[in-house]
Amino acid sequence: MANLRELTHREDRLAGGHRLCAGCGASIAVRQVLLGAGEDPVVVGCATGCLEVSTTMYPYSSWKTPFIHNAFENAAATISGVESAFKGLARAGKIDPDKKVRFVAFGGDGGTYDIGLQALSGAMERGHDMVYVCYDNGAYMNTGIQRSSATPKGAWATTAEVGAAQAGKQQRRKDLTQIMAAHGIPYAAQASISHWKDLTSKAEKAFATPGPAFLNVFAPCPRGWRIPSNQTVEIAKMAVQTGFWPLYEVEDGVWRQTVKVVNRKPVEEFLKPQGRFKHLFAPGNEELLAEIQSDVDSTWDQLQARFAGA
Amino acid sequence: MPTHKTLAATGNQVVAEAMRQCAPDVMAAYPITPQTTIVEEFAAFVAKGRVHTEYVTVESEHSAMSACIGASAAGARVMTATSSQGLALMWEELHIAAGMRLPIVMANANRALSAPINIHCDHSDIMGARDTGWVTYFAENAQEAYDNTLMAVRVAEHPEVMLPVMTTLDGFITTHSIDRASVMDDESVKAFVGEYQPRNPLLDMEHAVMHGSFAGLGGPYFEFKKQQRIAMENARTVIKDVGAEYSILSGRPFDVVEGWGMEDADVAIVVMGSTAGNVRHVARGLREQGAKVGTVKIRVWRPFPYAELARALKGVKAVAVLDRAESFGAEGGPLFCEVRSALYDAVDRMPVVDYIYGLGGSDVKLELIERVYGDLADIAAGSAAPATLTYLGAREEA
Repeated sequence: MANLRELTHREDRLAGGHRLCAGCGASIAVRQVLLGAGEDPVVVGCATGCLEVSTTMYPYSSWKTPFIHNAFENAAATISGVESAFKGLARAGKIDPDKKVRFVAFGGDGGTYDIGLQALSGAMERGHDMVYVCYDNGAYMNTGIQRSSATPKGAWATTAEVGAAQAGKQQRRKDLTQIMAAHGIPYAAQASISHWKDLTSKAEKAFATPGPAFLNVFAPCPRGWRIPSNQTVEIAKMAVQTGFWPLYEVEDGVWRQTVKVVNRKPVEEFLKPQGRFKHLFAPGNEELLAEIQSDVDSTWDQLQARFAGA
Repeated sequence: MPTHKTLAATGNQVVAEAMRQCAPDVMAAYPITPQTTIVEEFAAFVAKGRVHTEYVTVESEHSAMSACIGASAAGARVMTATSSQGLALMWEELHIAAGMRLPIVMANANRALSAPINIHCDHSDIMGARDTGWVTYFAENAQEAYDNTLMAVRVAEHPEVMLPVMTTLDGFITTHSIDRASVMDDESVKAFVGEYQPRNPLLDMEHAVMHGSFAGLGGPYFEFKKQQRIAMENARTVIKDVGAEYSILSGRPFDVVEGWGMEDADVAIVVMGSTAGNVRHVARGLREQGAKVGTVKIRVWRPFPYAELARALKGVKAVAVLDRAESFGAEGGPLFCEVRSALYDAVDRMPVVDYIYGLGGSDVKLELIERVYGDLADIAAGSAAPATLTYLGAREEA
């Protein structure tokens, strides 16, 4: 795996000057993931969302790579088509089959957990040589912070409001990383923008793996989470240290925790700094808070049991 | 000159054969009745190693067109096939394929849309895709389905067009009936369709390009759409040029509008797809009895041949349009509205009446067509007022 010195010498493939918000976790995720591709040429596909609209304003492009955006729910299908074109053209002798080209699709949690899940599942099952990266900020941020199936239980969102009748989102979040691991793909991992070494290593593995790979990258959204824009990395770190977002990988069916957490902190430390969870700390929501902690604990225990050597 | 072979085959078989001969680099397809045998036949070509095509067995029609878009943008020649609900599921992607100016060629087995669910022929699916920006051909039979497929590749990939093209054939009637069709040898087809030269492909890694960028917020969206309109207008000439070139090879005439008996017809029926043959058959019989009847078949639906149609109908005293699709709340079916619009500038405007027929594969009996010609004769003679819309042959018809 590349060390920090090597990484700093690699070209940044997402140029500055894009229109994403200050402190946006998505652009950090993209830059770290693309560092993992090394020197290999990459074709990027992107689902409709913040990342796409902010980096592709005609006639400008923030991407130093070939780039395609199709629609919201089909980044996986679209990039699978690009990868198939490479195979078909190589077979026809119109392209050098030994040329190393990487194919990656980016989508937010709305475009991945929800509307794009079918296309993603299909592309993974078909075994395309591609990497799918979800930048998970836990809501539909581009359309204005609506809840998705990645939104944590109890979080405020504009379609999971806080009022006398309910305290934010009523349902637990979907565990997408485990769903993708269950596809039996060669590589699936959960990473965070706060742990750059872990993330770039996982991206390197994902790109190097023949066949489909999936990365679920925790990428806070200051606007939607109601945190200051200089707290993106800190809050992501806290998600890892509380066990809310465990860092692990599933490589050829072997589950491995990649970042150990000693003295796991209470989930409150992740929740409290965020405006979207403010109501949880008002009197009367103690039970909900306890339930959130208990959910984190049980997922943590379940994962620990799966990790190799456990 | 090419050598020709006559096959006894279904429409779907000859479409699959045409696709094999066009040698797409990628096919991404999902099965749906009655398109299925196209993708099955093609899958067999792949299995036997008769094509170099990368065949992507997607999990839905939405992903089929999404993958086609990715592959086409990458620089591949791309083909697919669908029908009905599948075409409807692709709807979003149909617009994107056209907007991104990707020369994808797709066969559609024309079938009714739910509800109620029905697997048989009508043109509801295609009419739902009417405004998506695809050049659209209609085939009367297996032969035309084959011919249209080959021409479609040339039209789609023409530098002045660069639009996706749909070649449609009537579900079951054309897709599944064994028909006579003449096919060309592989080398001649290869020479005719040529090799696709993509412009700005994604896989040109040395020249990074962006496909599908954001043109909102006062951006050039409006101007992009104007470019699409210009491309579709350019297709009018290209379709005819390619058709003329193909006619020399095939020995079969081609025109966007094909008339029969129109030299001196008093009345005429305008029709698309497989019913054209039935209409001509009835017209032939009526001609033998001395009635001056004609038929006009529309072979290219988009771009719609307004001028050619108006010319073909010149001097006719009454026109009936057979619409195999509804446009609920409109004055008539989609074809009717186009025909009336095409005739608006005619010096001697004649009555035009609409017959909705054959929805969901409802039987199109010859006596129904005879009835239409009978109605037209009455209208032309002034002995009957033109009805605005008739559900031809529907049970409990008022």
